[in-house]
Amino acid sequence: MSGGDKQPLLQVKNLRKLFPIRKGLLRRKIGLVRAVDDVSFHVEEGEALSLVGESGCGKTTTARCVLRAIKPTSGEILFRTEEDTVIDVSGLSRRELRPLRSQMQMIFQDPVSSLNPRMTLFDIIGEPLQVNGMRDRQQRIDRVEELLRLVGLPPEYLQRFPHAFSGGQRQRIGIARALALNPRLVVADEPVSALDVSVQAQILNLMLELQQQFGLTYLFVAHDLSVVKHFSDRVAVMYVGQIVEMAPSETLFNAPGHPYTEALLSAVPQPDPRLRSRRAALQGDVADPANPPSGCYFHPRCRYAVDICRVEPPKLEELDKDHFVSCHRAHELTLEGVMVGTRAERQPIAGAVSQVSSKA
Amino acid sequence: MENEEQPILSVRNLKTFFFMDEGTVRAVEDASFDVEPGKTLGIVGESGCGKSVTVRSILRIVERPGRIVGGQILLYRNAAGDRPGHVDLTQLEANGPEMLAIRGDEIALVFQEPMTSLSPVHTIGNQLIEAILLHRQVSRREAREIAAELLHQVGIPRPAGRLEEYSFQLSGGLRQRAMIAIALSCDPRLLIADEPTTALDVTTQGQILDLLRSLQEERGMAIILITHDLGVIAEMADDVVVMYLGQTVEKGPVDDIFHAPKHPYTQSLLQSIPSIHSRPRVNLPTISGSVPHPYNRPSGCPFHPRCPEYIVGTCETRAPSLAPVGERQEASCFLYEDA
Amino acid sequence: MTERILPVEAAIAPEQGERIFVASQWQLMWWRFRKHRLAMIGAVAIIIFYLAVIGADFISYSDPEVTEANFSQMPPQPVRLFDGGAFRPHVLGVKGARDPNTFKRVFQTDPNVKIPLRFFARGYKYEFLGIIPTDRHLIGVDEGRAEETIFLLGTDTLGRDLWSRLMAGTRVSLTIGLVSVALSLFLGVLFGGLSGLYGGAVDTVIQRLIEILRSIPTIPLWMGLAAGLPRNWTVLQVYFAITIIISLVGWTELARVVRGRFLALREEDFVMAAELSGCSQWRIIFRHLVPSFMSHIIAATTLALPVMIISETSLSFLGLGIRPPAISWGVLLQDAQSLQSVALSPWLLIPAIPVIAVILAFNFVGDGLRDAADPYGV
Repeated sequence: MSGGDKQPLLQVKNLRKLFPIRKGLLRRKIGLVRAVDDVSFHVEEGEALSLVGESGCGKTTTARCVLRAIKPTSGEILFRTEEDTVIDVSGLSRRELRPLRSQMQMIFQDPVSSLNPRMTLFDIIGEPLQVNGMRDRQQRIDRVEELLRLVGLPPEYLQRFPHAFSGGQRQRIGIARALALNPRLVVADEPVSALDVSVQAQILNLMLELQQQFGLTYLFVAHDLSVVKHFSDRVAVMYVGQIVEMAPSETLFNAPGHPYTEALLSAVPQPDPRLRSRRAALQGDVADPANPPSGCYFHPRCRYAVDICRVEPPKLEELDKDHFVSCHRAHELTLEGVMVGTRAERQPIAGAVSQVSSKA
Repeated sequence: MENEEQPILSVRNLKTFFFMDEGTVRAVEDASFDVEPGKTLGIVGESGCGKSVTVRSILRIVERPGRIVGGQILLYRNAAGDRPGHVDLTQLEANGPEMLAIRGDEIALVFQEPMTSLSPVHTIGNQLIEAILLHRQVSRREAREIAAELLHQVGIPRPAGRLEEYSFQLSGGLRQRAMIAIALSCDPRLLIADEPTTALDVTTQGQILDLLRSLQEERGMAIILITHDLGVIAEMADDVVVMYLGQTVEKGPVDDIFHAPKHPYTQSLLQSIPSIHSRPRVNLPTISGSVPHPYNRPSGCPFHPRCPEYIVGTCETRAPSLAPVGERQEASCFLYEDA
Repeated sequence: MTERILPVEAAIAPEQGERIFVASQWQLMWWRFRKHRLAMIGAVAIIIFYLAVIGADFISYSDPEVTEANFSQMPPQPVRLFDGGAFRPHVLGVKGARDPNTFKRVFQTDPNVKIPLRFFARGYKYEFLGIIPTDRHLIGVDEGRAEETIFLLGTDTLGRDLWSRLMAGTRVSLTIGLVSVALSLFLGVLFGGLSGLYGGAVDTVIQRLIEILRSIPTIPLWMGLAAGLPRNWTVLQVYFAITIIISLVGWTELARVVRGRFLALREEDFVMAAELSGCSQWRIIFRHLVPSFMSHIIAATTLALPVMIISETSLSFLGLGIRPPAISWGVLLQDAQSLQSVALSPWLLIPAIPVIAVILAFNFVGDGLRDAADPYGV
């Protein structure tokens, strides 16, 4: 790295993941889905970076490549290990990855499918400990109990199976498993989107508390912008396999630089009927990553599109400090973000606020 | 004048239970609300709150072992000749001719998952034309023209060509539009949309919500919108019904529900959701615990184990009933019982 | 978003909650299986059938291979339980004769000759479970030979006792089913597992092989293979050859089940979680994948068994499977092949009853297992 700065915990350079489309008896390759197409970003130690976008934008594939749950087609994934050495994990084999696994863990979206229903909590949370060398059973029991307490579950639940728990509780179990090995990077793939509304806040609070307590670094994948705003330090917006904008959270929400970000922000339904000022909704559908349009992938839906957008793909460029935008017209456009403080000005809802928070 | 006051549909103390081997699930326990003509009623609630079962009860398509065990569902019409001014849907044969006619001509339903509610082996056009022929006295050719016109109205580009396509050839958003077109084919007075945008992306969701609103303006139909997303409710609804574990806990005009909620559940729910406008990275107020499974429905007020205002000795012993609070709202809570 | 409600959750009644919270997969499966009444009846029937397999010689009373020319084509003989008010089971003496006009065999019972039945009586010699030599049988007679006195289900054209032959046939037919299914299971898990685990070219080759095998009509395939068996092979050699022939087709279905589960499970998040925890391939397979589809395999195997049994029966019925002097259900039914024998001695069709019963029982149990196999609804 240039300068005396410490290398970030994670640096992804020109990541690509192409999925072949196969067809027919001989499974011949007839096309390519460019699920992740030249994506670069970094995550500093202790921060939370969100990848946000609509379905099929490649955010989950990017996260899975980073964890090496799948092998990227090309690109570099530089991970700074505990010993302060930087390793490119993109090409490592299964065996080479195993000692690194404990340093990056994942929290899954689906609280049902992410826990093996045939194993007790002890086996589920204790497995990472066991395969990473904690052979002593009593030691494992102690550690699992400690983890359960940490995520707010009674340690007596050790011998229960996942089916004894509600969605929110299962998500806590998943978090306990992810934390078992004291990871340095936690990838959270839509951790609250499958939960009941009234439970989401509990899980978000827990994840933020754990971050403060252990200095965790989060790579947070989500489609819900309200959750993203709440959770992240920086945000990267993805569209059809590419990052179209990346900026500190405040900047991105208040002064977006890419028309797609603007459209996303305006499309989020506000939980306040007095804010019903719907701007024109985005027309059309997300482009097909197997057959993307020419030029800027967003141009068919973009209301600011000009001739060059149809021909030339834009590059991700730094607009302001730390604010990267991939748009030909980034410098000339003034786009609308969310109105700051609108909600703060709102009267506190009824009298229950204090009681509710004190209870929490 | 009198006519304007009259709702199009009135649900009163509806109870729909599921009788299973393991026990009785009281999926809807005392739901009451009115749907005003030309307005949108939002029903909001989390999993197991009975919102879907409620609308299934209205359409009389509750699957066994579910059964409506009490209450009334009154559908109001213009009295004409010997036709009475209203009919109680709970008293009709679930698959009798009257109910069939109501399901087709007066009330239509749009499902959450358009992929599973559209037939994969028939073209969009075929399904739409079938629906039109069933409800209108027109020839097949006229039906085809109406079908194309409907697809145009729901904003599907080059509608004539789309008639020949199958549901799997359409994107999620277009599929939901096609579903809406089929629902509109009989020109319903009441459109029920059950989580119509849950399976969609946020930009597509915006399109569908816009579409529903503009269709409502054009046709003056009433909409019941079911969702778990408070944002969608705030955006769309005129009146709101909040349900929790089968019960209507609060109802009222949308502005009051969001700015002066009365029931502790509504209050805490609104507090707990992160907003794009709220301050980031602070602890959100939470509701403790999680939604109980319908089998383990708590006694008394179903919300009492999670309620910040729980009155010991009252809430767990008696079930509160919906009573007016303030001018336009009603809540089902002991906090307001004595007032 | 609405959460998925699992079947097990739905089964949680408050009072038994804690018990269910710590219940393992097999307990949950048993609780669900128990509710399936037909499956429970089927399970009891299957247990009875296999007890009969174990004790086939013990519950027969006549040597199934001994012919009695004087008692050929005997109709079933009623057992009288009471004699003069007291419980004294006995049968009446029978004398065979030939009708001088029609030359048809006729049997006359002699009401004065009462032959008492004895429990645990001595009869022909056999080895219980193939090791303990004994001559005790469940029932028998004290004086004279059982072969000449008891005919519960009648006799065949050679005068062999049908009940005893049926027991011997049950043993062969039901074990041949088990052995074939075990062989199919082995092949199925091996190829299905390879296919699901490695995917790609391996998967393509195995899947095409399965498709080819399945596209060959089974009866001609079996007939061809069975006809190729040398005539001079011993009974035991034929027995094993038949099991191999039957399982040749049977494994394909199991391989498909295994592969399907493998592919579905590989996509489950908990498998990825295990991988990300640093688990080895082997640990993932044996700690996560195999326990997850074990119950499905058991259900599929149970459903495959009746197919195997039917296959053996049809092959033997056609004279291509087990051949006399060995006895199986198919061999027994072969005697009922001609219209004449069915018309003259309809009891020769009796072996069809256990065939139907056992097939139904296996199917009921298989259905019950399949429904119970996934108590988590994943």
